[in-house]
Amino acid sequence: MKRIVILGGGTAGTMASNRLRKRLDPAEWAITVVDQNDAHVYQPGNLFVPFGIYQPADLVKPRRRFLPEGVELVLSEIDHVEPEKNLVVLADERTLSYDFLIIATGTSPRPDQTPGMIGPEWRTSIHEFYTLEGATALANTLADWQGGRMVVHIVDMPIKCPVAPLEFTFLADSYFTERAMRDRVEMVFVTPLDGAFTKPIASKHLGGILDDRKVSLESDFLVEHIDTDAKSLVSFDERQIPFDLLVTIPLNMGADYVARSKLGDDLNYVPVDKQTLLSKAHDNIFAIGDASDIPTSKAGSVAHFSIELFEDNFISYIHGRPMTKLFDGHANCFIESGHGKGMLIDFNYDTEPLPGKYPLPGFGPFSLLRESEANHWGKMTFRWVYWNLLLTGKDMPFEPLMSMAGKEVEARS
Amino acid sequence: MTTAIINGTQVHVNEEGFLTNYDEWNEEIAKVLAANIGIDLTDEHWKVIRFLRDDFPTQGETATIRRTSTVGGFDIKQLFALFPQKPAKKMAYIAGLPKPRGCV
Repeated sequence: MKRIVILGGGTAGTMASNRLRKRLDPAEWAITVVDQNDAHVYQPGNLFVPFGIYQPADLVKPRRRFLPEGVELVLSEIDHVEPEKNLVVLADERTLSYDFLIIATGTSPRPDQTPGMIGPEWRTSIHEFYTLEGATALANTLADWQGGRMVVHIVDMPIKCPVAPLEFTFLADSYFTERAMRDRVEMVFVTPLDGAFTKPIASKHLGGILDDRKVSLESDFLVEHIDTDAKSLVSFDERQIPFDLLVTIPLNMGADYVARSKLGDDLNYVPVDKQTLLSKAHDNIFAIGDASDIPTSKAGSVAHFSIELFEDNFISYIHGRPMTKLFDGHANCFIESGHGKGMLIDFNYDTEPLPGKYPLPGFGPFSLLRESEANHWGKMTFRWVYWNLLLTGKDMPFEPLMSMAGKEVEARS
Repeated sequence: MTTAIINGTQVHVNEEGFLTNYDEWNEEIAKVLAANIGIDLTDEHWKVIRFLRDDFPTQGETATIRRTSTVGGFDIKQLFALFPQKPAKKMAYIAGLPKPRGCV
């Protein structure tokens, strides 16, 4: 009996365990998933919690329910991996040996990495919405908030779901407008990049969207610390941005056991081949989903498309055959733009988001890089799709590799 | 994609003047690019540029300021002093690498 151990039972780990279990004889291959708890959070839903659109209870289900028969779930924290011994050591000193290891422990916000973030103002006037706990605390603050200066802030890239800070900003504008208090809120968007939009064609189509919503932009801002007395962000070049309410996206990092196992880079992401997801350091370790260092967005969409290809590659690889389904970095993401509308972007390692229709050229129903109500409903329907189709590995009407069909390409000199 | 002649060499550049082909860069071109944005390259600048050049092929992306600090060992305040106001963008520009970017 050979054993595959999957570390992490979130989006990527759950999809992989469902797909691999269908392809491998249970008499020959055992599959074990390890996670620290049995609560699977629908993470795209966290964005909507601060505005009361989703309640926390709407977003959590037991992990076990989405794992197939024949997959063992071990609930424990992971202490470290000993790759030379093919061994996972759990926090309670139990050990799991493996023939193949799949790292799927994602990425997490780390407020402890910015001085002053965790302190007296944490979850009071300094909030985040990437955890269910944080999003819930922010909902409570917003419900009673009388207005003032709201600063939406990204510590540094890369972050999970990189469009979520913009979506939060758009939804906040919509929320304050509906509550007839938009004129009492000054909104500021702060980014370490050189703009809210950094890709040329997206910038051209969406560049005015913050101005339209009367949101001011502070770019090239790299926070050094938060001055909690003055309630101000302070940058390395000594700029200050005062706030009444700060909604920050803390530094994102991979799991600490990855660092303890010496399997990660400076942010605890596992270096892998970007087309096959095979570790560069160990020939029986893969990293899938947000846990790897592939140069594209950290998002469930990337996990989904890459794991469709990973499934075939992994089966080939463990039987000694070459991996032929090479991932191109394909992702697509709905972007909520507030006021009942949304946008959609579709891109890969080499092609930036372009305007057009998706998935059917000329028809859609979704519009790329433009606001529409259909895009908004696509996003709201996605929660059902996630629980009922995506996690359990059912076929979806989207191709894993990006297609240029339906995209508008400008003639360029 | 357009081309530009820098220091007598034809190179590919994007709309913002960033080189788009890693192999078209050389140190003479870097000096011209630096001069374009008002920077006179010192030994300290060169250490940073060489780190970025060496790091890019292993990562497929330009190092962030944070990575330049944690992996390259450079002090972040010093990076702001060497490449004022927009160090991430200026470092990438001179090193012939893509600027740090988001997904849109």
